[in-house]
Amino acid sequence: MGSKRIAVPDREACAACGSCMDVCPRKAISIFRGSYAVVDATRCVGCGMCSRVCPAGVILMEVRP
Amino acid sequence: MKSVQPAKRHWYHYLWLYSLFFFAAGFFNILFAWLGLVSFLLPFVFAFGFGTKGFCNRYCDRGQFLRMFGGQLGLSRGHAMPAWMKSKPFRYAFMVFFFAMFGNIVYTTWLIAHGAGSLSEVITILWSVRVPWQWAYAGGVEPWIASFAFQLYSLMLTSEIIALATMLWFRPRSWCVYCPMGTLTQLICKRKASSEEKTQEGDFAK
Repeated sequence: MGSKRIAVPDREACAACGSCMDVCPRKAISIFRGSYAVVDATRCVGCGMCSRVCPAGVILMEVRP
Repeated sequence: MKSVQPAKRHWYHYLWLYSLFFFAAGFFNILFAWLGLVSFLLPFVFAFGFGTKGFCNRYCDRGQFLRMFGGQLGLSRGHAMPAWMKSKPFRYAFMVFFFAMFGNIVYTTWLIAHGAGSLSEVITILWSVRVPWQWAYAGGVEPWIASFAFQLYSLMLTSEIIALATMLWFRPRSWCVYCPMGTLTQLICKRKASSEEKTQEGDFAK
């Protein structure tokens, strides 16, 4: 059973700095080929740490579809 | 901002000590400023060699410094970054500006090497405030070597001051959003990824 919320990074606006990757307790977010952050939906528990630390504020916490 | 800890501590989380070393060393002997070229070259090694922003993600001493003081120690106020500052036009323009400044450093060094200029033993902060720094140079090298050191230290200190300002007001690693090296290496990585036409989501830079 997945979490109610999931992190959704904006790929276009992401600067790929890696701050999110550093704080994720579940290793659920990573930087794809130095381009943008991607979330592993099977690992993300919606804690919001990545969203809070993202300096560009491009990670939103949304209700899972 | 409430203290933000890394999920797991690694050795590279202590690289902020290198930032302190760099600026302290340059205060006593300006020739240490040449070490700044390492911070310019390593990101390209990751981008061209591995197609990742691995330097930015883990090994950038400035990034770790901002994370440590702004995040772990909680100095950041956490205000939202304005939209213009994280926009592509600003990031690209800032990148071009910074590389133009670096180009000017190389040009000035070249002039001095060919006797068309003289060494100025000052640090220039924010491209305008000149600060005497003569105690950090005792001679012994060609003037162009010392000149490059003074100018590179000026650029590094100026950008560090800007990075600290945005760290304090916005979020810890705000500099990383508009960092010229970060912007350029991201462009390289995107170009490299699209040209290799790989779309597998499993290819992470962990």
